[in-house]
Amino acid sequence: MNLLSRFRKFSFWSWVWFILGALYFLIPLYATLRHSLRMERDVIGFRAYERAFADPSFLETFLLSNLLAVATIIASIILIVPTAYWIRLRVPEARRITEFITLLPFVVPAIILVFGLIRIYSSPIGIPFTGINLLQPLTTTKLGTYTLIVAGYMVLAMPYMYRSVDTGMRTVDIRTLTEAAQSLGASWFVIVTQVILPNIRSALLSGALLTFAIVVGEVTLASFLGVDAFGPYLFLLGQHRAYEPAALSFVTFLLTWFAMGLIQLVTGGQGQAAGAH
Amino acid sequence: MAQTSLRMPVIKTPSNLKNWLGVTPFFLFAILFLALPSIYLVQGSFLDQNDQFTFQNYKDLFTTPLIVDAFKLSIQISAVTAIVGGIFGFLLAYAITVGGLPRSLRSALITFSGVASNFAGVPLAFAFIATLGRRGFLTLLLKDTYGIDLYQSGFDLYSFAGLSAIYMFFQFPLMVLIMVPALDGLKREWREAAENLGASNLQYWTRIALPVLLPSILGAMILLFGNAFGAYATAYALTGGRLPIITIQIGAQIRGDVLHNPGLGYAMAMGMVIIMAISLAGYSWLQKISERWLR
Repeated sequence: MNLLSRFRKFSFWSWVWFILGALYFLIPLYATLRHSLRMERDVIGFRAYERAFADPSFLETFLLSNLLAVATIIASIILIVPTAYWIRLRVPEARRITEFITLLPFVVPAIILVFGLIRIYSSPIGIPFTGINLLQPLTTTKLGTYTLIVAGYMVLAMPYMYRSVDTGMRTVDIRTLTEAAQSLGASWFVIVTQVILPNIRSALLSGALLTFAIVVGEVTLASFLGVDAFGPYLFLLGQHRAYEPAALSFVTFLLTWFAMGLIQLVTGGQGQAAGAH
Repeated sequence: MAQTSLRMPVIKTPSNLKNWLGVTPFFLFAILFLALPSIYLVQGSFLDQNDQFTFQNYKDLFTTPLIVDAFKLSIQISAVTAIVGGIFGFLLAYAITVGGLPRSLRSALITFSGVASNFAGVPLAFAFIATLGRRGFLTLLLKDTYGIDLYQSGFDLYSFAGLSAIYMFFQFPLMVLIMVPALDGLKREWREAAENLGASNLQYWTRIALPVLLPSILGAMILLFGNAFGAYATAYALTGGRLPIITIQIGAQIRGDVLHNPGLGYAMAMGMVIIMAISLAGYSWLQKISERWLR
């Protein structure tokens, strides 16, 4: 406690930095909110929000972005959970290379990823030198484009998803759980879906929410692949409207806040509470 | 391994190859959507207009003014926001860890940092237009109340300074998130030992705490650099492509071959990947050094 009181002496500057930081965070948000409430002259009201929500394109694009986010989350879980589980259980030697791969999206930013994806999947994919086409160009059909963008989002979310899942598995004894389930005659499918998944649900949830935050407002992949998602819609709206974009920006902020708040709640501030040890 | 097979009599030990089969979907995915696109860009960057092998594209990277300027601008913005954001983020992290602020502020700031570091792109650009644009809240407040005209004194949101101010919004929260665990790792005993030996607060920080923290601080700043370097959406939403940073130029090259040489475009993309790879390598190297003291 003596130490603590000595720290108090220096907390003047701490307050200064904190208040400066808080102002930097809050002023843009306040300005956005204020702007969004002033659509009608001299009246503070929710007109801009009503207008923005009433636009059918808003609903369509927003719904699509949410669907893409859900698809990305489900596909990522299906891909990553069994992989991380299997690596922990049976092929620890694959661990290094897998961790390396999951870090690659940090080296290949979204703009480069979409560059490569477009160049590869906008022409038919065949077996070299044979003239046999395995796959029609993905970018020419709606389903193909959606597949491509979900795959792209999975790549962008991979570092976060893999880390969440892997950390989640570190805290449960998957080996013993697996043995117990096997001795009761469970199949691999049952083990993964009914034993492993429920045990890492808070890790999964935080990975999923982070993915959600990344995907819902994403612009780069969506605009280059020509997907009418919420990000490009908001961008276009900003080109010819003044108040509605501010309203939707504020809503986006609240959504991000909601997702991050939930993460804090489900993980109990884990990872940030490193001071405990 | 021998120990595990003893512990698991139920599971037969199949061949090692069969075990690797279990991770093939993941590797297949990585090959299809991460490796193949990258390889395509690498390969294209070594081809000239007639599909012949060449190094010319990489030489041209350094002589094409459009590309050199874009890299310069991107590096400058990333460096400035990494250093300023890094210093400010560190001070904030300091304030909420060892700085003696109430515990509730700490968790509030950490949650907020999580939000802000993920709040980028179009909405962020719009938020700053509403704040520091020509008719922005802060611009007008400063002008009407204090008589300071930002735009008369040379500030422009749609410029280097403006974009840097916006990037800061996701830069320093990231710094806070990285530095808080590092600052928490400073052991109380070190401070007590220093004080028992008669060290002042300044001496403690300059001789003990900062040297221990330096690798994490530098590593985090490098990460911030990469974070800004790869950003595209925010700058695009703000200026519609008028501020020619490297990601904007790559975007233009994807939409239509503005360089009139696809190979040069791929080389430009590779240049960016190389810089990102160097920063990530630098970060993980420094991270390893800092783990020696901070766990």
